[in-house]
Amino acid sequence: MVGATGIKTPLDIYTHTGYIHSVSNRQSEIEDLLPLPEATFHILMAVAEDDRHGYAIIQEVAARTGGALKLSPGTLYRSIQRMLEQGLIQETAERPAPELDDERRRYYRIATFGRAVANAEARRLAQLVKLARESGFAPGRA
Amino acid sequence: MYRLLLLFYPSSFRAEYGEEMHRDFTRKRQRASGFFALAGLWMAATVDALRNGLAAHCDLLRQDVRYAHRTIRRMPGFAATVVLVAALGIGATTAVFTVADHVLVRPLPYRDSGRLVRMWEARPGYTQMELSPPNYLDWKASASSFEGMAAYAPWSTSLVGQGEPMQVEGANLAADLLPMLGVAPAMGRWFTSDDERSGGVVILGDGLWKSRFGGRPEAIGEKILLDGYPHMIVGVMPPEFSFPQRGSQIWRPLRFAPADLANRNNNYLCAIARRNPDIGLEQARLEMRMISARLAAQYPNENRELGATVANLRDQVSLQSRTLVMALLAAAVCVLLIACTNLANLLLVRALSRQKELAVRASLGAGRERLIRQLLTESLLLAGLGGTLGVAGASAALPLLVRLVPTSLPMANPGIDGRVLLFSVAVTVATGLAFGVLPALRACRHGASQLREGSRSGVGGRKERLRSALVVAEVSLSVALLITSGLLMRALWRLQAIDPGFQQTGVLTLRTALPTPKYEKVFPRETFYRQVLSGVRALPGVQSAGFTSFLPIAMRGGIWAVEIAGQDRRPSENHSASMRFITPGYFPAMGIPLKLGRGVEESDGPTALPVAVVSESFVQRYWPGQNPIGRSFQIASGTRTIVGVAGNVRVRGLEAPSEPQVYLSYKQMRDGTLVWYAPKDLAVRTTVDPTSLIAAIRVIVHEADPHQPVSDVQTLTEIVESNTASRRVQARVLGAFAAIAFLLAAVGIHGLLSFSVSQRTQEIGVRMALGAKPGQILSLILGESGRLAIAGVLLGAGLGYAAGRAMQSILAGLNPGDGPAFATAMALAVMMTLAGSLLPTVRAVRVDPAIAVRAE
Repeated sequence: MVGATGIKTPLDIYTHTGYIHSVSNRQSEIEDLLPLPEATFHILMAVAEDDRHGYAIIQEVAARTGGALKLSPGTLYRSIQRMLEQGLIQETAERPAPELDDERRRYYRIATFGRAVANAEARRLAQLVKLARESGFAPGRA
Repeated sequence: MYRLLLLFYPSSFRAEYGEEMHRDFTRKRQRASGFFALAGLWMAATVDALRNGLAAHCDLLRQDVRYAHRTIRRMPGFAATVVLVAALGIGATTAVFTVADHVLVRPLPYRDSGRLVRMWEARPGYTQMELSPPNYLDWKASASSFEGMAAYAPWSTSLVGQGEPMQVEGANLAADLLPMLGVAPAMGRWFTSDDERSGGVVILGDGLWKSRFGGRPEAIGEKILLDGYPHMIVGVMPPEFSFPQRGSQIWRPLRFAPADLANRNNNYLCAIARRNPDIGLEQARLEMRMISARLAAQYPNENRELGATVANLRDQVSLQSRTLVMALLAAAVCVLLIACTNLANLLLVRALSRQKELAVRASLGAGRERLIRQLLTESLLLAGLGGTLGVAGASAALPLLVRLVPTSLPMANPGIDGRVLLFSVAVTVATGLAFGVLPALRACRHGASQLREGSRSGVGGRKERLRSALVVAEVSLSVALLITSGLLMRALWRLQAIDPGFQQTGVLTLRTALPTPKYEKVFPRETFYRQVLSGVRALPGVQSAGFTSFLPIAMRGGIWAVEIAGQDRRPSENHSASMRFITPGYFPAMGIPLKLGRGVEESDGPTALPVAVVSESFVQRYWPGQNPIGRSFQIASGTRTIVGVAGNVRVRGLEAPSEPQVYLSYKQMRDGTLVWYAPKDLAVRTTVDPTSLIAAIRVIVHEADPHQPVSDVQTLTEIVESNTASRRVQARVLGAFAAIAFLLAAVGIHGLLSFSVSQRTQEIGVRMALGAKPGQILSLILGESGRLAIAGVLLGAGLGYAAGRAMQSILAGLNPGDGPAFATAMALAVMMTLAGSLLPTVRAVRVDPAIAVRAE
């Protein structure tokens, strides 16, 4: 059903025809995606350094947040599907060493575009925190 | 187990991620220990599947809608055609459903209305006659099948004091009628039995209260002048209450004078009863027949052959209205079907041209289900747009269609409400599926194999057959519609050609209903008539003017039994005549010809010999072939001598035969009797535009009596036309439907042939290269359309004949196999086929063999 090309569903064909980007286009495309849903941002962070499969993403997100955010499988795969369409992540062609790999699992990694979006979201949040400080809200001191 | 939960997700999602999700879940389940942990896990999984499954469906929907939106934008012409065609079908169905729902389905707005029945006396010659007060009271006292029985009588009164004097329609109601119907006043109270004794109170309709009393709550308790008498307002009914007819706005208690209670032949009461829950309609009928038989035996003179008719209140819609609405409904469904077949055909063609695109997507892994889902979203979206447009069109067309709802239905005017909207949503979805499913299934059948075959692959024979069948269906339905609308049109013309017995052009009519007791006596009435008539006759352009009790067609009742000394009255025979009191000038004003003797004259006063002018049909019935002048007969307990014979008039309207007519002198009435028959309708014949006199006549009436309202101002032509109004509306609506169907079928033929020509360009090119003449190509293409047309026309003629048979009751005696209607419809169908084939044929003949062959 799925080729190793990173094209997930036939629908990607037309979704992607939309992305004949110029740089300025790309900027506005990033803006369009902000603010990111919480789950999306966390998934991006989870696959930022290592390629991970679905279950590993759930565990990674839980570990990073100290158990505060436990993604349900439905939420996870729905997010993955959407993020693939949006071009935030991609499915990897190469697998880890066979002895570590569960053959039937699919691995995801952050795409260049996803990195740009995550950066933009982080900047947006930082800006927000700065504004909050200026208004007298002081995180960390409470 | 978990796989069951996965079913909540779209199948493409399931195929993609189901395995992994299942594996994740299995791992978690192995780790969970203890009952509560397991239960919690399952609970979470269920919630997750429900929430995200739905969300995933929505994701897909959004995607499909986005895609459909893009596709539609790429071919706006195609999309506009589809939307418009769908709008026509859905709009027609919605509009007609609104009317049909009102006329046939919707329960009356009363409590438990299924148990309400209407009752009549049955007398020789009449199965539905109003009740006389004593018989009503006897019925009410003896019948045990009913929880309650209550009478009412239509009432029209002049309201003075709140602006211009005004004639208001309403009814006198027995005090227990409203409680029996289960309708409470919006404000104030019901009538009580005290009100029945003392009178002087009135309940207003919402419309009247708002228009004349500004919707003020303080109006309750105020006194108003009705027919010159003070009445206190005790209640206001809710807006949807309209009883006994649409437009009724005022009600007062029903009271009986001692004289009313003595006369069993003074029939003017309508009666409604509520069946006991455990008594069926047949049982109730049986009891009422027995009671009537007893009353007939008890009062053999007055209640001769008395019977009872009992029918459900909801079934008071005449067979004609019912047939009319059913015919319209069938026609609307036809239009919808034609629209659907047409759209299916359009989409089939388009699906063929999209086959490559779909094949590419299928080979890239889109499941069949995914593609069908995508295509259906597209057609549903188009249908939705069409539906919105259609409902808007339907609500615009409703004012025209409302005339098809008989006023006798005690309901407010129909409008587009939740019920109707629900219906149109259902129709829209059904339409979208109907025209979308077939092309979607077809398009997805071939899948990737199409990719190899290249673009020029021929059309499969099966597909062509399906499309041809659709076109034949379209043609046959549109021919059937053409035939039925032709039949209706012919029936209408036939009716309009009937001579009503008077000259309708150039006559203005209006009503001055003289209120009692002010005008109870003959003398004040005479003064009023004299003053009005002399004023009106002096107006420039007026040829003649006269009053009558009731104008023909506008009022069909006023029937009395006739007795003739020396002629035995056979009880089973109909001996009724329509009785009118008239002033001199009435015959010339109406253009009713005098055949013999003279008309009513001023000299026919109270002390002179009581005279009568009768119709030719009257003479025909009692003294066929003899001179009736000087003979006498009894009517309304008085003896009259015939002084003249007038032409027959269609009192009961153009379609129905009328009782013979009897005209009496307005001066020869006794004071206080038959007041209802006092002349009130004025007819004025003019040489100028009749409506230009309205203002002047109002002034004349106002001078004669400043409190006298003028109502029902209309020309005689309007009265006659109102008689055929619903027919004309229906013929027009059905004609419009037929025209739409016709156009759609032509488009269908055109589309099919265009497509088949474009698919066969190569074949045609080869034929021409091999020496085929243009004439042979012509007959090739025309032969194809001709076969379809003949099949469609034959089928349609059969359908049309069946439909004509089914609606025979509204054809005014026209043969359902009427030659001209059939011939016209079939000729039109042939023309339509030719017109639809024109362009494709020209294109086929013009094929350049060199290009066509090289293209391969």
